Amino acid sequence: MPDSLETSPQFVGAREPAARGATPFRWERKLMGLHSALVYFFLYAPIVILIVFSFNEARQTARWEGFTFQWYGKLMENKLILRSVQNSLIVAGATTLASTIIGTLAALALGRYAFRGKGATQAALFLPIIIPEIVFGVALVTFFGAVQFQLSIWTVIISHVAFSISYVAIVVRARLAGFDRSLEEAAMDLGAGPIQTFFRVTLPLILPGVIAGALLVFTISIDDYVVSSFVAGAGATTLPIQIYSMIKVGVTPEVNAVSTLLLLVTVVMILFAQRLQQQSGDGGNKR
Amino acid sequence: MSESISVEIQEVSKRFGDFAAVNRVSLTIQKGEFFSLLGPSGCGKTTLLRMIGGFELPTEGRILIGDKDVTHLPPYKRPVNMVFQSYALFPHLNVIDNVAFGLRYRKLSSSAAQQKARDSLNLVRMAGYEDRMPGQLSGGQRQRVALARALAMEPEVLLLDEPLGALDQKLRKEVQLELKNLQKSLGLTFVFVTHDQEEALTMSDRIAVMNQGRVEQLDASHHVFEYPKTEFVAQFMGAPNFFTGVVKSIAEGLMYIGGRTDADIRVRASSDAWRPEDPIRFVVRPEKLDLRTKSGTSDGEVSIEVTIEDRVYQGVNTVWVVRSDDGERYFIYEQNDRPFQESGRFRVGGRAFMSWNPRDTVVMEKTS
Repeated sequence: MPDSLETSPQFVGAREPAARGATPFRWERKLMGLHSALVYFFLYAPIVILIVFSFNEARQTARWEGFTFQWYGKLMENKLILRSVQNSLIVAGATTLASTIIGTLAALALGRYAFRGKGATQAALFLPIIIPEIVFGVALVTFFGAVQFQLSIWTVIISHVAFSISYVAIVVRARLAGFDRSLEEAAMDLGAGPIQTFFRVTLPLILPGVIAGALLVFTISIDDYVVSSFVAGAGATTLPIQIYSMIKVGVTPEVNAVSTLLLLVTVVMILFAQRLQQQSGDGGNKR
Repeated sequence: MSESISVEIQEVSKRFGDFAAVNRVSLTIQKGEFFSLLGPSGCGKTTLLRMIGGFELPTEGRILIGDKDVTHLPPYKRPVNMVFQSYALFPHLNVIDNVAFGLRYRKLSSSAAQQKARDSLNLVRMAGYEDRMPGQLSGGQRQRVALARALAMEPEVLLLDEPLGALDQKLRKEVQLELKNLQKSLGLTFVFVTHDQEEALTMSDRIAVMNQGRVEQLDASHHVFEYPKTEFVAQFMGAPNFFTGVVKSIAEGLMYIGGRTDADIRVRASSDAWRPEDPIRFVVRPEKLDLRTKSGTSDGEVSIEVTIEDRVYQGVNTVWVVRSDDGERYFIYEQNDRPFQESGRFRVGGRAFMSWNPRDTVVMEKTS
């Protein structure tokens, strides 16, 4: 019985497209696989090596001499590194808070209202992303000099906020693009004033965009080197500046270890952000 | 102001630059009335509704609800609620929280608010869906939740902005009747915006037909249908059969129109509006026209000889498209109350007589 089924016309017909589809493309698929493998290799091989060598017994060599946690232990005793980590967290935290609030408000204004000079405002807002970082750094240090503002950790925060606002504004505006204004009208119709409408309807709906913007800004701020190196005052050394100065002496396993930790923090934060976005997406985006 | 008036629009205009979306509209809506704003897109009906709701401010004029001037009040201070075209359910809140959203501003205990929201869901037969998210509901269910949310607020006036537009034809018909019954049993004032004349006729007590920011005609719904005052309304209500004639004589409320038919048409008319020799336009509804083989057969019917151009079978009706000798085109509905026949008394390309009872002649308002 199965044999007769096999040769029945509709059975053959059903099998044909799959067989025809697979054969001629087999080598192309292999090539694509190889291509992907190469891309991922170039992307991740240096990072893997960095992580692996942070556990290497040997100091100053690229030869594997045995597994150890000692460099991580040494980090904890290194006052300079601890201090710079603390600075970086303060800068990134303050930057995230300030730029998220300002950037979100800017996005709301640009997404909602027509006003004179809107085009120019928009262009000016996105400029910090286009301007070369080195130019931005020089400009800021010149500015702080001109207004006689002492370089400190505050100048780092102000500088980071200055370019971070743009990123938040862009991310939140993208979220606002699909926003149904009648939702806010409905809230007002049901008796909610403008402030209640914002906190009960608008903010919950754009929250994924706001969080995404905040996390983006946090990661940009915590690993910024160029701008920070211009505007950091005495005692305001951030982690990237610290790492760079350590590297001048040579790439030590200690540098590898601190970089690995920085990587870990960033990756965990991004995963956390994605989870948050998915959660709010369950209720929010499925319409 | 009279006790029975719910909404009063006084000389309201809304201009966007040079464009007048609503142009000096005045009308009153009675308490407990199902009132429809009907017109094509861009006629200003939605803008007018949004001004009642407080989402647009009039450029000039006043709006009163009850006996309170609300012209400049924001939406959250008006005793009206709206069912939005897109339903505007809050996607981050479940059904019960959507319905209870506005009740927290009513100084109700949270359990009383929950109970009220449940009652409202019962009313629209959506009990059991309390914990669903809007994204998990069908279009019809969302429409019901949006209705429940507005009704829970116990508004003095319920505004509905084409709420059935997104539903399929069959569901629409059901919901129309349901909505009408709900309105009657609650005794609420409904202001309903639609571009669908059949929908407006099905539900409304009165209809305001709007065109280019103005109210063309405001009447009881059957009156708007049977006695359109302007060519626009006639066209919009599905009676695009226009005749031009001339006033022969006028006396004691009766007018004779000549120049078009085999015999003069006798119609009722107020004698002060018309003078003999005035040109006049009138319409006859397609279902009130008959196609005949001979002219003026019975009871003082009048008729015009025409050429048959087309025959369209539509199930309930057959539509005959005919042309008079002066080049005007007319539509005649013949009810298919007999078995379908491929060839009947009339054939496309042939000659026939289009006749009607003179009492079905509807004279258009005089345009000065």
